[in-house]
Amino acid sequence: MSILGLLEREPSHGYELKRDYDAYIGLGRNLPFGQVYATLARLARDGKVLAGEVEPGSGPDRKRYAITDLGRRDVQSWLAQPIEPEPHLQTVLFAKVVIALMLDRSASGYLEVQRAAHLQRMRELTDLKRTGSQVDALLADHGLFHLEADLRWIDVTEARLQALKEMVSR
Amino acid sequence: MSTAPSVPALPASAPTGALIEARDIIKSFGETPALRGASVSVAQGEIVAVMGPSGSGKSTLLHCLAGIFKPDHGQVWFDGRRVDELGEAERTRLRRTAFGFIFQFGQLVPELTAADNIALPLLLGKVGRRDAYRQADAWLQRLGMDELGDHRTGELSGGEAQRVALARALTIRPRVLFADEPTGSLDSLMGERVMDLLVDLAREEGATVVLVTHDARVAAYADREVMVRDGRVTMQPAAAAVPR
Repeated sequence: MSILGLLEREPSHGYELKRDYDAYIGLGRNLPFGQVYATLARLARDGKVLAGEVEPGSGPDRKRYAITDLGRRDVQSWLAQPIEPEPHLQTVLFAKVVIALMLDRSASGYLEVQRAAHLQRMRELTDLKRTGSQVDALLADHGLFHLEADLRWIDVTEARLQALKEMVSR
Repeated sequence: MSTAPSVPALPASAPTGALIEARDIIKSFGETPALRGASVSVAQGEIVAVMGPSGSGKSTLLHCLAGIFKPDHGQVWFDGRRVDELGEAERTRLRRTAFGFIFQFGQLVPELTAADNIALPLLLGKVGRRDAYRQADAWLQRLGMDELGDHRTGELSGGEAQRVALARALTIRPRVLFADEPTGSLDSLMGERVMDLLVDLAREEGATVVLVTHDARVAAYADREVMVRDGRVTMQPAAAAVPR
């Protein structure tokens, strides 16, 4: 859908779509060219984009793609829909705490190590936010808020360890 | 008299390597112990976040490090000197000449202008009036607030007031900046702006920073963090060994 969204701005070549995706959306997870062209072919088949005439010149990428009305409606409906909230109900974090308590190992020791790792990652993201672009800051903030939520969970879990231990070690 | 538990006598030798250090600090308020043997050391130029839940003793630790509170037991060292052995007048002098402070709120005089507030520590330090105000103006310019110099700080927004407080704390060019929840009364974006400035200015001025916060997003501006729990500093395990 991101490719279709990028196409709504203006008709574009595949390499332009890849360039903008990598710069504004992928941010370190670059889109392979093959995936761009496969996506464009699928969108063309479904009537969501139109491929222009092959332009003169060399290289594999001589078609410009334009979004259709059907494609535009798709983008509009995609932007209006919330994504599924991911509650991460059974994370590895959670499993490690429960297993540590069951095995009578140090769950609080694990939580301390995890807290330090989380804070280290938060420092890296804060640095990215301070030195990067506005788009970097947006992405870093998303990560920071999620890590902060994990840290709050770590705090509360630490306070509940005794009660949890009584429950799981039956 | 303190009701704090007794601890073994400490060696009298000066700690090495740290600009500021607390060793086995015990501090109680009446019957209530706030610190129960807290130790921490901060190197020259470091920014260290002191974290911990409410009531853990993190603010008391900052107050002891800064010579505001005298510990009941233990030692506080600054630049090779025992701060806890100094008299009240000497500690006040140290705070005025070597330490800067920024709190959540309340450190500015609301009836005075932003320029007055920034110039005040210099005037107290016997800097001439003209020079003090020239430096205050330079700070306001550095903060992008020169148009607010003649505004009373009581009329400023929370974010503006904290930026003035930051300038006021740094105007004496302190060796150590003590910050206690400096963004606690600000919204997220304004808090970020104040933290960006605090870190940038502290680095430019070469100031060491002790930053007390319960907020992990604020602590993430520091070089490292220490945790205070139940009046003790718990060691932070290294995060480098985390597999990816």
